[in-house]
Amino acid sequence: MKELLTGNEAVARGAYEAGVTVASAYPGTPSTEILENVAKYKEIYSEWAPNEKVALEVSIGASIAGARSLAAMKHVGVNVAADPLFTVAYTGVNGGLVLVTADDPGMHSSQNEQDNRNYAKFAKIPMLEPSDSQEAKEFTKIAYKISEEFDVPILLRLTTRICHSKGIVELEDREQVEIKEYVKNIPKYVATPANGRKLHVKLEEKLKKLEEFSNNTSLNKVEWYDKKIGIITSSVSYQYAKEVFGDNASYLKLGFTYPLPKEKIKKFANEVEKLYVIEELDPYLETEIKAMGIEVIGKELIPRVGELNPDIIAKTLLGENKEVIEKNEEKVVGRPPTMCAGCPHRGLFYELSKKKNVVVTGDIGCYTLGSAPPLEAMDTCICMGASISAGHGFSKAAQVNGRETKVFSVIGDSTFFHSGITGLIDIVYNKGNAATIILDNRITGMTGHQHNPGTGYTLMGEVTNEIDIVKICEAIGVKHIEVINPLNLKETKAAIDKAMEVDEPMVIITKWPCVLKKSPNEEIEEYGLADRKICEVDQDKCKKCKMCLKVGCPAISFDSEKGAIIDDTMCVGCDVCLQVCPFDAIVKVGE
Amino acid sequence: MTEKGNILLVGVGGQGIILASKILSKGLLDAGYDVKMSEVHGMAQRGGSVTTQVRYGEKVYSPIIGKGQADIIVAFEKMEAMRWIDYLKPNGKLVINDYEIPSVPILVGKDEYPKDIIKELEHKLDVIKLKAAEVAKEIGNIKTQNIVMLGCLVEALGLNEIDWEQKIKELVKGKYVDINIKAFNKGKQLAR
Repeated sequence: MKELLTGNEAVARGAYEAGVTVASAYPGTPSTEILENVAKYKEIYSEWAPNEKVALEVSIGASIAGARSLAAMKHVGVNVAADPLFTVAYTGVNGGLVLVTADDPGMHSSQNEQDNRNYAKFAKIPMLEPSDSQEAKEFTKIAYKISEEFDVPILLRLTTRICHSKGIVELEDREQVEIKEYVKNIPKYVATPANGRKLHVKLEEKLKKLEEFSNNTSLNKVEWYDKKIGIITSSVSYQYAKEVFGDNASYLKLGFTYPLPKEKIKKFANEVEKLYVIEELDPYLETEIKAMGIEVIGKELIPRVGELNPDIIAKTLLGENKEVIEKNEEKVVGRPPTMCAGCPHRGLFYELSKKKNVVVTGDIGCYTLGSAPPLEAMDTCICMGASISAGHGFSKAAQVNGRETKVFSVIGDSTFFHSGITGLIDIVYNKGNAATIILDNRITGMTGHQHNPGTGYTLMGEVTNEIDIVKICEAIGVKHIEVINPLNLKETKAAIDKAMEVDEPMVIITKWPCVLKKSPNEEIEEYGLADRKICEVDQDKCKKCKMCLKVGCPAISFDSEKGAIIDDTMCVGCDVCLQVCPFDAIVKVGE
Repeated sequence: MTEKGNILLVGVGGQGIILASKILSKGLLDAGYDVKMSEVHGMAQRGGSVTTQVRYGEKVYSPIIGKGQADIIVAFEKMEAMRWIDYLKPNGKLVINDYEIPSVPILVGKDEYPKDIIKELEHKLDVIKLKAAEVAKEIGNIKTQNIVMLGCLVEALGLNEIDWEQKIKELVKGKYVDINIKAFNKGKQLAR
């Protein structure tokens, strides 16, 4: 049977067909849908882990137990999981183990565009790079065979275009794979220095054999056409190269990109007149090929920044410029992402934006949009969890140097579980005074509503133990904890004012469900979501002061004659603008 | 039968572009084409631009369409048409929804919604314009404007050999099938 699948759906299908029985991940664009789709196969135990390190460790444990297992994450997630990654390369596996990294060239939804192919070489783990959905499925299956044959974990590297593009995939049946026997093996699985030294030697031997495999496998294949131009390429860049050069060049298409097939590369290079390396981001292939003494043209023409596409290849390598219809830039206004109408984060950031002499250290999630105009209530955003720890560092630096700045760290519920807790422990243990605000919107918002330890449901849809954030904070030793409704500006302001005064660790938890969340009935009841009335502007009372525009709600617009206008299809009745209006011109419809 | 084609759908999060392109690509797949479809979401749910690109033919390599390469652009929102117009072939077609969704810089008064976009584009190329939101409202549900646009696209490209009503039945929830088929046929009419 043939189906149109995204790369992410295809990886999930590949895991299913390969007989995987355990999968763990932390959501992150563009990787999220892998586990969401794995969860549809009831034969596989699947879970959201609190972070990527935990996800990989769960998969490692399952592999040692003898099961084929999978961990999936976005590129920066591998940084979090790097610690176990480098050592599991040494220990090897029992059941096949595949780590999927979904890179984001062009940063569609990420804070950097690191090229995780470098991890394969750095961590010494074999890497496969599919170039479309069909290969995403096939390569996933092959990865398990290689993993078990060579006793190594495998890095399956995707990019946004592979993850989120659909292509035709031929579906096959699931292979029935029995769990392997677990045999206690201390020298293999206990990475002490003494064992590690031996394991490293073994790993280098495995890599030699894997290079031989790389030279012989059909994952690395030559397509002969015109030999005037030869192109070495991998991943989606192969598709772009084919699009541009068609039959006018020969290709060495690499699907197994660590260790590289050096013999195959040499042979190919010898037979073509001019050699291009076409790859996205870093000169990963190019550097290795050049180190072999082979002349190639690559990054001196093809940019190492941003996403690649056929246009760039045609322009840089062939000097082609397509005729286009001219776009009038004056008639295009930017459309930056923004907090939704009714977003529970809006009230908090509105109140924070009014405070003077405060610094707000931010984190990764929808609330990073608190840095955008008109609120602009955020000073930093580095990586997941950094809000609290960087906030503590900022605060200590100010304190030690006699500067009076109050630091607020803002972090989401899912992100707090991911890596915020350790930062909070640091503040309490080391007597910091930065205030932590946990924006608990009852779901993992930005990635499209995945459950997390605080929501009470698992990925597989089961009701589960709900981790209580207040109790965690109490257990850590935070004495000042306030749980507030962030849509109530008075309440929000009062909590922030209190934190300004307190010279000890304080946590404010803003608790209100994400406006896009499909809340279960008990939540709809608890928060009174069903009977909220939307807002409208009483045009007679509106003084056109534009105060309501300062909350940056996409449902409010302004007309120089009529004044403020609320879009009744977008408003959900959160009442933040109503509380901001100094003239009571914003009222509830029907009241 | 058209041999190959590059279709670009552009608009704003929440307008139903993803569903329209799902129906489109399923129809092309079942007609025997190689199909690739690329979507950019990520932060789109938070009010950003949304694009999906559908390519079909005997064999498709790149999942994305280059500048000056789209046979047709279907713009669900006016300003998005201008944002993506350089992706259209100089002799390509533009289906444009006469519908405005102001972005945040416009809402907060930093910028104004650009005037006369359709006029300017009509001056440059062959444009099919319609008020899909109004049409959808008349039919009985504003949310069907995506299917009105899809009907328009199918007619403009002459992809008439595919049983689109069947695809709508496969991909739309039961109780919404009839209204969406109505929307689809209305869209086809408007493109004639």
